Amino acid sequence: MNPTIGKIIGISGNMITVSVNGNIMQNEVAYIIKDKERLKSEIVRIGDGFAFLQVFESTKGLKVGDKVEFSRELLSVELGPGLLGQVYDGLQNPLPELAAEFGFFLPRGVELKPIDDKKKWEFTPQVKKGDVVIRGSKLGHVPEGIFEHAIMVPFDLQAEYSVEEIADKGKYTIRDKIAILKDEKGNKHKLTMGFTWPVKEAIEAYREKIVPVEPLVTQARIIDTFFPVAKGGTFCIPGPFGAGKTVLQHILSRHAQVDVVIVAACGERAGEVVELLREFPELDDPRTGKKLMDRTIIICNTSSMPVAAREASVYTAVTLGEYYRQMGLDVLLLADSTSRWAQAMRELSGRLEEIPGEEAFPAYLESRIAEFYERAGLVELNSSEIGSLTIGGTVSPAGGNFEEPVTQSTLKVVGAFLGLSRDRANARRFPSIDPLESWSKYSSFIDLKIINQAREILRKGNDVGQMMMVVGEEGTSIEDFLIYLKSEFLDSVYLQQNAFDKVDAATNEERQQLVFANVKNVLDTEFKLSEKDEARNLFNKLRQLFIDWNYLEMDADKFKSQEKQIDKLIKEHSGNEKDLQ
Amino acid sequence: MRKIYNKILQISGNVITVKASAVSYEELAEITSQRGKSLAQVIKIDNDLVSLQVFAGSRGISVNDEVRFLGRPMEVTFSDDMMGRIFDGAGNPRDKGPLLTENLIPVAGPSVNPSKRIIPHRMIRTNIPMIDVFNSLVVSQKLPIFSISGEPYNELLARVALQAEVDMIILGGIGLKFDEYLRFKNRLEEGGALSRTIFFMNTASDPIVESLMVPDLALAVAEQFALKGKEVLVLLTDMTNFADALKEIAITMEQVPSNRGYPGDLYTQLAARYEKAVDFEGAGSITVLAVTTMPGDDVTHPVPDNTGYITEGQFYLHNGYIDPFGSLSRLKQNVNSEHRSRKDHRAIMDGMIQLYAQYIETEEKRSMGFRMSAWDKKLLKYGGLFRAKMMDLSVNIPLEQALDLGWEILAECFTAEETRMRSELVKEFWPNKSQKK
Repeated sequence: MNPTIGKIIGISGNMITVSVNGNIMQNEVAYIIKDKERLKSEIVRIGDGFAFLQVFESTKGLKVGDKVEFSRELLSVELGPGLLGQVYDGLQNPLPELAAEFGFFLPRGVELKPIDDKKKWEFTPQVKKGDVVIRGSKLGHVPEGIFEHAIMVPFDLQAEYSVEEIADKGKYTIRDKIAILKDEKGNKHKLTMGFTWPVKEAIEAYREKIVPVEPLVTQARIIDTFFPVAKGGTFCIPGPFGAGKTVLQHILSRHAQVDVVIVAACGERAGEVVELLREFPELDDPRTGKKLMDRTIIICNTSSMPVAAREASVYTAVTLGEYYRQMGLDVLLLADSTSRWAQAMRELSGRLEEIPGEEAFPAYLESRIAEFYERAGLVELNSSEIGSLTIGGTVSPAGGNFEEPVTQSTLKVVGAFLGLSRDRANARRFPSIDPLESWSKYSSFIDLKIINQAREILRKGNDVGQMMMVVGEEGTSIEDFLIYLKSEFLDSVYLQQNAFDKVDAATNEERQQLVFANVKNVLDTEFKLSEKDEARNLFNKLRQLFIDWNYLEMDADKFKSQEKQIDKLIKEHSGNEKDLQ
Repeated sequence: MRKIYNKILQISGNVITVKASAVSYEELAEITSQRGKSLAQVIKIDNDLVSLQVFAGSRGISVNDEVRFLGRPMEVTFSDDMMGRIFDGAGNPRDKGPLLTENLIPVAGPSVNPSKRIIPHRMIRTNIPMIDVFNSLVVSQKLPIFSISGEPYNELLARVALQAEVDMIILGGIGLKFDEYLRFKNRLEEGGALSRTIFFMNTASDPIVESLMVPDLALAVAEQFALKGKEVLVLLTDMTNFADALKEIAITMEQVPSNRGYPGDLYTQLAARYEKAVDFEGAGSITVLAVTTMPGDDVTHPVPDNTGYITEGQFYLHNGYIDPFGSLSRLKQNVNSEHRSRKDHRAIMDGMIQLYAQYIETEEKRSMGFRMSAWDKKLLKYGGLFRAKMMDLSVNIPLEQALDLGWEILAECFTAEETRMRSELVKEFWPNKSQKK
């Protein structure tokens, strides 16, 4: 059979029309041959004798008549040991390697190997000849960074197989043969440690999906206590520009208690990625003692890089996440920003001249967003191990208005909504998650009833604050004023967190339990105060004590004495009967 | 020999369509009409139908006019001879100097590999306290000046151009009023900065399609100079005109508009330009300062909104002042720490702004007729001094002097305790009153 060949017949932006003489498939990868360059593209629509292709590179200089080759493959990523610590573009080209070869600028039409295939890994087999395996079964493992990277049966092998041959313990590259499997019909499959998987298909080589319940500790107090995220759950962070979305994502990528973090910098500023690129290799991961970069993969398709590759980048990221989940690990994917991804879809849709939906986004925007977030989940693997992929996406709503298609479509499918507020950001209250607007469907490690009481105080305090703007402090009763002070207190000592302080930046579960119990003590106490100035002074003092306390290491000597001091101050002013006795 | 076509099938807006073959995407063509020659650029190819946007506009083009394809994309000359010269949006000289045709470089080249970028860490001093002290400009930063029509934003740009500590300035005028352009030129001439400046000028009376090329030309030249080790500051005014030109072409091409008529790729288009800002390790840098006028003072308008998501902060120009609240330089933390700047820099920055915020509250209370306490009166005095001595755009002092001035203003209005400054800083920097008198 002759391979299918195409010829360009039309060009508009990054969309080309190609006449074809044979069999092609939807979403197949094709290459435009331009002198020595091979420009990668993907079929997005097929007509009678022609196809529309979105090109992952600049189309400058292309001509009608230029040759197009079809690959017979869907857009795929390579999986195997060696992914951790890498920095890829949206199509899994390693950026540092590109830089080493081509210097400052990104070359057009170049593809490099995503994983080093010269490096040898110490393989230890886990199965023996005659064992029965299915897709996802572990054949062995190699050490990668902080854990054993499982070498699995590729996920596209759908049947049951018996192990015909398995490599001995020793050093192999990802191209070396490590096993031969035989299916029922006697067909043999040669396996290596690396294999590919199409990015737009979910990896489902597990027994079943289960309900996410266990909290994913992010060490951000407002999230863990008030708007928790579960392992295997989903959340979104919408916010106008300048509200601190990216900073919050960086904090999460640093402090979240998971095994692997994948950061997809999708269509955002290059400068922000640079901070990760330059700082992560230097920063220690307190959980493992290794560098943070050793548990991180960065997918980086910033705003000035080709827009079609931006569309692909979130899929690349989620596929890598699913791969590590198959090993029984906890993975966190942070996509910044899903709005840029949606805009890439919009640009594509516009060039295809599809009938636009709201704000010119395509009609399938909602289903694509849902599909993406649905790839998160807590799963029980065939080996009965548990793995999780948690997805958090930022949303950059136009004009900061949440009533827009991307935010609304996202809210329908996520389990937690961490809405950022410009007012809080302007008032330098970080993280600027709005405690009145945000919600989470997952359960926190603190009892829901207590959380609701605390939120009630925040709500009432906000109401009183609004009222005071009109009637002034004089017109406010001391009871209302105390509620206001309590809500401000809760906000400043617990909801706000100083990302630049070594200690305060990350609060683990044990500490959150302890601090929150003390905060609750303040909220529950009926203070015996008759003057507003007196009340304000007391709360100023309390606030100072708590903030200083937040900055103390938990095992420091002062930590305990500070707690006692706080307790004493509360008791001194308490009108609660039990304290009076 | 390039083919010449002389049958134009369709003219719509500034876009013409001709039947032609072997044309490449984004290639240039030259159209000769009664009105003279104009460049045009291929923006769509559909089989043998080629659509081009005509730089000089389509007015006066007849269907029999000659279209000659040049076989090359948009290019711009690059040499040291460009200093002090003025070019139009097609890259041709608009001063009386000679045509430069050597050493042509393509415009809108590939983007910088993110892994080759470095964390910005060098301040660009402008001697404008509202920038240097409160929102420092940083090498490789991209910052818009959000403003409404009538604000002195071009004045501000000219001052930055004159005073900024950079090797050279590239000024891109997009739909600039002619008198503004002359004023710019005169200001730079008077200030003696003309010899380190290159102009790409598209005035409001010039063809609108040419305005689309201005940022690309300016940035392409800037990139070459930066690679040669020059610290380049690119000033663009006004990017809203650029976005409007994009809108016009998109509508002519019957693209589906997304928001208020702007094309769906507005974000990508703006980002492609702004992201050219870079600090090349081992070579020079590009810093971009661009005016974005906000129609109706509405920051949620698509142009400022998309810009805000791309740039690293913004300066708000309100009533002739750089607004200390909305304005933000996201990179200032990188340059105002103790070991990169004077050790009281951050304290002055935060302290003075906090007090100014209190002054604004007091001002509101006063206008509502509340009685002013002693503290309120101090704040009122402080607010007045702060506006006159710091915020006024004509203030022209180096950073260190501005910090000293900050302490003086504080000392004139408050006691040291009232300013909540750290005691060690007070000890070192608080002005000694007895000396002063």
